[in-house]
Amino acid sequence: MHPIEIITQYWPRLLDGTLLTIKLTLLGALIAGLVSPAFALIRVHASPMAQAPLRLYISFMRGTPILAQLFLIFYGSGQFRPELQELGLWTFFRDPFNCALLAFALNSTAYQTEILRGGILGVPQGEIEAARAVGMSRLLTLRRVVFPHAYRIAWPALGNEVILLMKASALASIVTVFDLMGRTRQIFSRTFDFSVYLWAALIYLCITALFVLLWRQAERRLDLHIDARHKVRNANQPQKDTMT
Amino acid sequence: MFELFSYGDAGWGDEILRGLAITVQLAIVTLPVGLFLGFLAAFASMSKLAPLRYLGFGYTTVMRGLPEILTLFVVYNGVGLLINAILHWWNPEASPTEFSPFAAGVVALGMVFGAFAGEVLRGAFQSLDQGQVEAGRAIGMTERKVFWRIRLPQLWRFALPGLGNLWINMLKDTALVSVIALDDLMRMTKVAVGVTKQPFTFYLLACMIYWAMCVLSELVLARMEKRANRGIRRAS
Repeated sequence: MHPIEIITQYWPRLLDGTLLTIKLTLLGALIAGLVSPAFALIRVHASPMAQAPLRLYISFMRGTPILAQLFLIFYGSGQFRPELQELGLWTFFRDPFNCALLAFALNSTAYQTEILRGGILGVPQGEIEAARAVGMSRLLTLRRVVFPHAYRIAWPALGNEVILLMKASALASIVTVFDLMGRTRQIFSRTFDFSVYLWAALIYLCITALFVLLWRQAERRLDLHIDARHKVRNANQPQKDTMT
Repeated sequence: MFELFSYGDAGWGDEILRGLAITVQLAIVTLPVGLFLGFLAAFASMSKLAPLRYLGFGYTTVMRGLPEILTLFVVYNGVGLLINAILHWWNPEASPTEFSPFAAGVVALGMVFGAFAGEVLRGAFQSLDQGQVEAGRAIGMTERKVFWRIRLPQLWRFALPGLGNLWINMLKDTALVSVIALDDLMRMTKVAVGVTKQPFTFYLLACMIYWAMCVLSELVLARMEKRANRGIRRAS
C-alpha cells in the first residue's frame, strides 16, 4: 500500500490514538504536578528521617524501568484481586488506561519532585528574608515568593520531564491501551505496511515540537516582569547619564 | 515462598538470572555502539560543512523526540523487511530470515544512546578551555595532536556525568526488548508469572534487580567522576 493511502484510510484511528496519547500525558503530568510541590517542600525542609520514605520512593521510581512499574501495577494488581474487590478498587485496576495513568503519574511525581526541589533551593535566601521582614506569614511567603520563583527556575526542566512522559506514554500500548503507539501497532498488524510507523514517528515529533513551542510561550509569560524591568532599566539609562 | 526463587527445576532463580545475563549483555554491547554513534553525531554537528551539521542536528533531534519503543519497532520490523527485500532481490529463492531481536535491540538502543550522547559530547567539547587549545597550537602541535593530547583527555571529565545518566537510562530501556521477544530479565519474569500466577511478587523482584543495577551504576559512576576530577582545583 502507498504511504499516502495508509494515512487517508486510517487517519481516524491515528487521530484517535493521538488524542489518547495527549490525554494520558497531560493527565499524568497534571496529577504529578499537583502532588509534587508538597513532596518537594518535604524534601527541602523535613528532617532526614522524615524524608527517608520519600527518598526511597524517588530512588525506586528513578531506578526501575517504567515498563516494569507499569507491569507491577497492571499485572501485579491481579495478585490482590480479592482484596481489591473487597475495597471496590478492582474496577479501577482492571482498566489498562487507569493503570497506565497511575504508573505514569507515580513516575512523574518522583521526577517532578526532584526538579522542583532544585527550583526551591535556587530561590535566593534574601528574597525569603525580605518576605519575612515585611511580615508575610510562612504560607504567604511560599505562595507569593518561593513557589513563583522556584517554578520559574524549574520551568525548562519540567518541560523536559513532560516530553519524557509523553515518550514513555507509548509503553501503555503494551498493556493494550490504544494510544498512538497502540493504534500504530494495530494498523501494522493488519496491513504489514511499514510506512505507518513512519507516520507515527512524524506525529510524535509534531506533538513534541508543538509542546516545546507552547512551553516556551508560557516561559516567556512567567518571565514577563523580568523583561519589563530590564526594559525600564534600559529606558532610564540615558536619563541618568544626562543627570550626572 | 523462597523456594519460588530457588535455583533449579523447582524455582525460577536460574531462569531469571539467565534473563539478567541477557539484559547485562545487551547493555554492555550497546554502550560502545552508542558511544561511537554519539561521537559521529557530535563531530557532524560541529562540522564546518553545513550539510553534515544539518545531518547531525536532524539525527539528534529526531531520535530524542521519538519514544524508544517506536524506534525499537521501526528497527526491528523495518530492518527485517529491508534485509528480506535485499535477500529476495539477490536470490529470489532464499527463504526469509528473521532479524535477530538482540541485534535489533543493540541497534535501536544504540541509536537512541547515540543521539543523546551526541549532545552530551558536543557540550563537553564546547566547555573545554579554549586557551589550552591555543597554547597547544602556539607550541606547534598539529590539529590532530591537539585533539589527541589536549581535547580528548579532558573531554572525559566534562562528559562523564551526562554519559553516566545515559548509561542508567539505557540500562532501564533494555526492558523494552522483552516486547520483541528477546529473553531478557523482563521476559523471563513474564514467563515465571505465567506459570506461578504471582505477578506482583515476580515483577517486584524484577524491579528490585533493576534498582540494584542502577544503584550500583550510580556508585561506580560517582567513583569514576571523583577519579576523573582528581587534580582539579576547586573553589570551596
